[in-house]
Amino acid sequence: MGKTIVEKILSSHSKDEVKPGNIIWLDIDVRSARDFGGPNVVKHYKEHYDSEPVDNPKKTFFTFDLVAPAKTIKYAINQSLCRRFAREQGIKVYDVGYGIGTHVLMEEGHILPGKTAVGTDSHYNIVGAIGAFGQGMGDVDITFVFKTGKTWFEVPKTVKINIKGSFEYPTTAKDLTLYILKHIKTEFALGRAIEFYGDAVESLPLYGRITLLSMVTEMGGIIGYVPFTEKTVEEVKAFTGRDDFEVFYADTDAEYEKEIEIDVSGLESQVAAPPHPHNVFPVSELKDVKVDMIYIGSCTNGREEDIESAWKILKGKKIKDGVILSITPATRRAYKKLMEKGILQDLFDMGAIITNPSCAGCAQGHPGMTGEGEVSLNTSNRNFPGKQGKGETYLVSPEVAAASAITGRITDPREVL
Amino acid sequence: MKIKGRVFILKDKEGNLIKDIDTDQIYHNMYLHITDIKEMGKYCLGNLEGYENYPQLAQKNDIIIAGHNFGAGSSRQHAVDCFRALGTGCIIAPSFGAIFKRNAINSAFPIVECPLIEDYIKEGKLSHGEIVELDFENGIIRKEDGAELQCKKPSMVQVEILKAGCLFEYGKKAK
Ligand code: SF4
Repeated sequence: MGKTIVEKILSSHSKDEVKPGNIIWLDIDVRSARDFGGPNVVKHYKEHYDSEPVDNPKKTFFTFDLVAPAKTIKYAINQSLCRRFAREQGIKVYDVGYGIGTHVLMEEGHILPGKTAVGTDSHYNIVGAIGAFGQGMGDVDITFVFKTGKTWFEVPKTVKINIKGSFEYPTTAKDLTLYILKHIKTEFALGRAIEFYGDAVESLPLYGRITLLSMVTEMGGIIGYVPFTEKTVEEVKAFTGRDDFEVFYADTDAEYEKEIEIDVSGLESQVAAPPHPHNVFPVSELKDVKVDMIYIGSCTNGREEDIESAWKILKGKKIKDGVILSITPATRRAYKKLMEKGILQDLFDMGAIITNPSCAGCAQGHPGMTGEGEVSLNTSNRNFPGKQGKGETYLVSPEVAAASAITGRITDPREVL
Repeated sequence: MKIKGRVFILKDKEGNLIKDIDTDQIYHNMYLHITDIKEMGKYCLGNLEGYENYPQLAQKNDIIIAGHNFGAGSSRQHAVDCFRALGTGCIIAPSFGAIFKRNAINSAFPIVECPLIEDYIKEGKLSHGEIVELDFENGIIRKEDGAELQCKKPSMVQVEILKAGCLFEYGKKAK
């Protein structure tokens, strides 16, 4: 019997029989904790393992991206607790200036295709975009992996989503993602691995794959994959700075629990209205919604290409009076590229707020919240009640975010092009 | 293991079990800086409309019943620990968010998947406040009148971690 992509990666990291439903011991290549979860990892570690060394400091990391830099003393204490532990243990810290942990670990060539990685971030499965296996876990789990380099894991079933048809700019990967979510909600793929097929997904550039596969979390999935094309291989080499990796593809006789086809022919821009990421409408149905704040960034849409795409729409136009536009590149590297191209300067001159690389306006507790009655558009991945403050959050593509910044209401980018 | 406690049902205005309750509704990210489990109980369900006052209503060994995909969202352990802090007995739902499920299992907090629970409640066979007994290893909910509902049995790992007390203790034996 053939294997799906996830089954192949798990097989290459376990001595146990990899079959859906089986519980296996899995070797983990990269383990990390962030400023959220991290302090508890340190606490558990000291309590259970005292000053014993971690399994492998070279494979272990801290990434500070949530409250970066610390805004309260409590956060500062938590971060310094992790830094101290890291020094004692010889663990590398990608500190508050680097950006979103998963992105940084991929960019720095730590997480590679075919590898396994876990961390205290529910969007860790974003690394499916580069053909790796990744899983967000809680602090107990991560403490155990720090110490042992492995974890138990239930092999998920794999489901297949076939995407039919194609769409044109300014419809992008985010619209495709939201449209898929609208169809499958959290029911189809809960606890499953997903493989996506079809031209519209396989032709996605790496940054578009990042967008789609970051939101496998919202689909309730364990991990998602889009088979690599030759172009993806080249993009991943450039992105990670490495070429010593193996890419896994599904066998032709691999077994899927179920399949679904979704037709995206002529898809227009999509918007997820509160209170769920799968509460999705075509942009034309929400065009009367007035907007107070717009946020472009996050692990889902914070790459340099996402921000450049927003800038192309904004170029030569004005941000509507009364609308606050904040922009956060996902990482320092993305920030630098945008700076070198003059894009940040341009956006700055238009009146946008450019923040340091981090998770920034993705969630409440980070900088950039809404007050009661306010509406925010966000290119991130969640719009649960209270997620970004007291106001209402709509999820959009960078293109819709940019177009709406010009008009002050939810806007189809074609209107302003 | 047997857990005897009061049924506490999380339902919406139409009387349906609330689906997709996410970790921000269970334990808001505003309080993530807290690392002492004792402090977490008072924020439990604090952002779930209609249930904000759950911490005041909570009783030891409560058996909480919720809808599909309970614990969707973030990887925060707090979302499990806030229930442990209150002495909650168990959570029963048709399905759980994957990370929440692992977090519960690893910290030896009992959760039970029960695909039939939604209909069972809709048909009025189990109501809020009733005292029931959960036979954890066998996945059976037993009512005082002797009626039973079969849920999914927990996996071996789940049972073993529960017996060991937590993942760390289990890990020492497993290797
Ligand atoms: S940007 Fe938001 S969803 Fe992504 S890792 Fe950061 S906090 Fe999580």
